[in-house]
This record gives sequence, structure tokens and C-alpha cells, in this order.
Amino acid sequence: MIEPNRQGEVWVFAEQEDGSLHDVALELCGKARELADRLGVQAGAVLPGSGVGSLANKLIGHGADKVYVVDDQRLGHYQTGSYAQVLRELIEKHRPQIVIYGATPMGRDLAPRVASSLRAGLTADCTDLEISDVTDPKTKTDHLNLLLQIRPAFGGNIIATIVNFDRWPQMATVREGVMPLREADASRTGQVIEEKVEIDPAVMAVKLIERHIEPRKINLKGARVIVAGGGGIGSKDNFELVYDLAGAIGGAVGASRAAVDGGLIGKEHQVGQTGTTVRPALYIAVGISGAIQHRAGMEESAKIVAINTDREAPIFSVAHYGIVGDFKQVIPMMIKAIKEK
Amino acid sequence: MPYDSVVCVKQVPDTANVTADAMREDGTVNRGALPAIFNPEDLHALETALKLRDNHGGTVTAVTMGPPKASEILRECLYRGADRAILLTDPRAAASDTLATSYILSQAVKTVGQFDFAFCGRQAIDGDTAQVGPQCAEKLGIPQVTYLEDVVQVSGKTARIRRNVGHGWEVVEVQLPVLATVLETANQPRPPAARRVMRLKKAQTRAELTGIVRAEMPEASNEDREAEVQRRADALKERNLLIEQWNLDDIGADLSRCGLSGSPTKVHRIQSIVLRKEGHTELPATEEGARQLIRELVVDRTLG
Repeated sequence: MIEPNRQGEVWVFAEQEDGSLHDVALELCGKARELADRLGVQAGAVLPGSGVGSLANKLIGHGADKVYVVDDQRLGHYQTGSYAQVLRELIEKHRPQIVIYGATPMGRDLAPRVASSLRAGLTADCTDLEISDVTDPKTKTDHLNLLLQIRPAFGGNIIATIVNFDRWPQMATVREGVMPLREADASRTGQVIEEKVEIDPAVMAVKLIERHIEPRKINLKGARVIVAGGGGIGSKDNFELVYDLAGAIGGAVGASRAAVDGGLIGKEHQVGQTGTTVRPALYIAVGISGAIQHRAGMEESAKIVAINTDREAPIFSVAHYGIVGDFKQVIPMMIKAIKEK
Repeated sequence: MPYDSVVCVKQVPDTANVTADAMREDGTVNRGALPAIFNPEDLHALETALKLRDNHGGTVTAVTMGPPKASEILRECLYRGADRAILLTDPRAAASDTLATSYILSQAVKTVGQFDFAFCGRQAIDGDTAQVGPQCAEKLGIPQVTYLEDVVQVSGKTARIRRNVGHGWEVVEVQLPVLATVLETANQPRPPAARRVMRLKKAQTRAELTGIVRAEMPEASNEDREAEVQRRADALKERNLLIEQWNLDDIGADLSRCGLSGSPTKVHRIQSIVLRKEGHTELPATEEGARQLIRELVVDRTLG
């Protein structure tokens, strides 16, 4: 456990795999920049890996003032033990006030191990981070500029705001895709700092035997427009209409869990709490009732259109435009209108 | 060779089926209004341990931390084949965040004794944090393998485990003991065995007996009630039906690391999800409605 360090930097764990940065690392650099500006401190990124130094500039372009590079052959493949040791040692040395990680399979494996070894707090799967003054209701003490860690909880039925009063660093994992991925600013400059960590052979307890990574075929997160179908689509044949609309409008095809579980479409299309979180410019929900778990993954979309036969469907509560009707009639009319525009 | 496993399980409110009556007016959740269930992924963790024992021998011990009611899922573990079940219950453990919870659980696992595998579900559906497993592993000072889908091979003090890394999988080799968190895609949990249900349905924890005796003897003195609890506990013990129960002292826990004082994170605010969108426009399901929609999306530059 480390005492609060109000001059501490705002850090991002720069997740990379096989020498390429995960989008979430860049999203978080943008957020760290914003938080650091609010606090009047610097934003840093921690980049462990092997031969990864060339990635530092990209992190700087997305908002980091400093990149702490830990380049070591033994860090070539992600391992909980070695990466946790690197993070822990650097945090103890530099005492950042905030450390954020992507809530990816890697980030959710690493961050709790680091938090436990520091006896620090950790909030999982945040969808927003803010800086605010908070009064401890117990001691009536005012705490200035705390990190508000905002996350859905209880199956997405509530939004909880978590704070750490006096046991820092303040750490959180942040869901992919919820912080906007901004354009890199090539004119930004920053400092690249080489750090050495003597990796304890005892922490390298897990040996990689075999690995099979599938390239991501569907880029839902990067899509400007998403047309998504739900259980109400009913059949694979009917899903063709969803594809047709996506084709006409220039969008990607998404789906609700009901559609995926019903075998109408593959899981890689799933939007929602257990699928991908998206925030496109336009989200068209067709035959999706809008269970809370689905809404949690798409309600940040800039414009939402819902088409559903059920006037009471919860999806309408988050939609900017609603059409109560049968998609089998509405979609062809929309395609026609798009062609006329 | 035989392998001993400890499985950490949790009783959770069924958050997948939250209805309006489970929400209080102030936006907080009334946990009491929700059915309490066996955390889904923990059932798969239990199944992983049971399969390992089926194939190699050894023991399976289930541990849960929670209120007396959590004894219910320990019976579920026993019905499915667990050799031993332990309830860790203590009011001083209330309000623990994931760090304090993992400390308490790791102390309980240490108290169980020697083990080769510790299994947890990847995450519990009330918090969805997936933090307690890895934090427990760190506190036990052993490696962790998250997102287990299969124990591919065990030989001697080494295991090969296939884990799902989101966009693919990997097989890793690890020295035992190890803590693994298990996904629901790992297996199909076995149902309770009828014979075991018959034999074990009367198995109870002391905390449950205390609740029952309090309800049955409201007028009795504390001493009389305590004596009655002891009598019933002894009777169950004789028939091997007393489920073990520990408190924080039994596991040698440092109280400053438990409950609220051991929790660095504090809940500052809770809001229920508000279902409303300002400026909602309903359009008719007609050609004119479709045209108007597209027109508006073009005008506000949503569509190029």
C-alpha cells in the first residue's frame, strides 16, 4: 500500500501483443491525457515487451508525455508473473497517482495480480473515469481530486462510482471501446525512458506450449455505422435483410446475444456486456428488445434507431428514432430511401 | 498420482433476472428480493475439480465465504461429489472489497492444507470483476492460469492447461500448485447425484442450526439456545453431517486486512439505470417514415 502522491503521474499500461499495440492502450492514452491535464501532472505509459521501443512514439502521439519502456527478451510473450513484477516495481519507484489498464483478457489477468501485490484497490471494467472532490461520509474529511471510477455492476442494473480515499495508487481496468480512440497528433513530443527490471526467474512459472490466435474478422469497434439484429429476426434467412441494410448504408453487422444464442449469427458479431462495446455514429437495432446487457454495450452510440414490433421494448428507451413495425417491411423501405437520397 | 483440489464458490443474487421489484426507490438493489443461486462459473470450477479426481484420484474441498444461507451451495457441492465443504462466515468480513475478500479466501485455502489445484469461477455475476481469483493466487504465492477451458494433461507436479484468450487459445504448462479460473465453456457440470442428495440433504452448518433454533425457541435464554445448538451439532457430527464452519480467527486472519478496514476501494455512489432518452422521435412504419429518418440522418451528418 502506497500513500497518496498528489504530484504522481497518470499511467496507462500499454498492452501490446506480437509488437502491435492494442487499440485500448491508445484509447486510454487519450483519457490519461485528459485526467493528467485536469490534475496538472504528466501522463505516462508503461510499455513492457521485447523489441517494442518503436511503439513509444505512437503512445506519445495519443497523449503520453513519458513512455517507460521495459525491453527484455523474457517479456516477449505476456506472462502474468513477469509483467506483474515490472508493473509493481515501476509503480513503487515512480509512485503514479493513477494507473489504468484495458479490461481485456490480458489486462484483467494482470491488474488484479499487481493490485494484490501492492495491496492497492482496483475497480474492474470501468466505463467512465472522472476527477472530483469527495467527502468521506465516515470521517467527514474532504479529499481533493480523487479518481471517480464509474462502472456498471449487478449485471448492469446499477452504475457504481468507486473511490480510493487514502490507499493509492488509484487503479482501474477500463472497458475496450468506451473511451474514444482519437487521431494521433504527430506533432506531440514526449520522453522515452528505458527502465531495467531484473526479472525474478521464480515468477516465470508458466511456459507457453502452443498458441492459436484467430485474426479478428469483424471490426465492430471501428465501424461508423452498425446494423444489428436480435432474436426478433427469427431466422437465418431473415438475417439477410439485416445484411442488406448494412450493405446499403455502408455499415457492419452486429447482433444481440439472443440472436447469437439462437444460432442466427456468429458470436464475433455480438454487441453487449458479454460481447463488444461499441459507440458508432449510428446504431440501428432491428428486432432487438434491448435487455440491459445489450444496452450497456451500445447506448453510447451517437445516434440510435430502433425498429421493433413491440412498442414496449426497452430498446426504445435509449433510441433517438423509433419505428414500431415489422422489419420485413421497414428494411426494404429504408433501403429504398437510402438509394434515393 | 492423486491430486487434491480446493474450489472457491460463491452464492450470488441472480442478477441476470433482475425485476423492477428488486430495485428500491432510492435506486439501490434489494438483494433479498432476488433468488440466491450458485454462481454459474463456479459450478464449472467444481466440475473441473471433480473430473480431475475421477481421472486421477485425490480430494475435492469446496470453500465459500458468505452469510449462513451460503451453506446451501455447499450442500450443492456435496451432492455433486465434493469430499469436504467449509463455510467461512464472520460478520467482521462484511463489506470486503475484492482485495479483502481475496485475502480472507487465501487464508481459508491455506488453512485447508496442502493442495495441488485451486479453482475459482472466472467471475461472479453480482460484481463481474474477475479479480478475486488472480488476487487469491498472488496472496498464496502461486502461479495463476485464468480463463481455463481444459486441463489437457497432468503428470507429476506439472499440468498443461488450455486457456481462452478472447481471440484464440493457448496451452500453457505450469508447476503445481496452481490457481486456475474457469470459464463456463470448460465443461458441462454434472447434476446432483440422487444417492448423495438422499444421504446429505440433512447436512448443515452450525450457523444454520443457530438460525433454526432461534426461530424455534424465541423465548428461550441464550444459554438454553446455545445448548440446543450444541446438542444438534453433536448429533449431526456423529452422522458425519455437520458441515465445517470457520470464522476469521480460525483462519488466522489479520483483522485489519478484512472487511471495510481491509478494503481500499469504497463505494461513493450507486445509481440505478435510468431508461429514458431525451428527444425521442417516433416515426411511422411507412415509406414516408423511412424517408424522413434517412433525411434527418443526412441533415445532421450522421450519414454522409
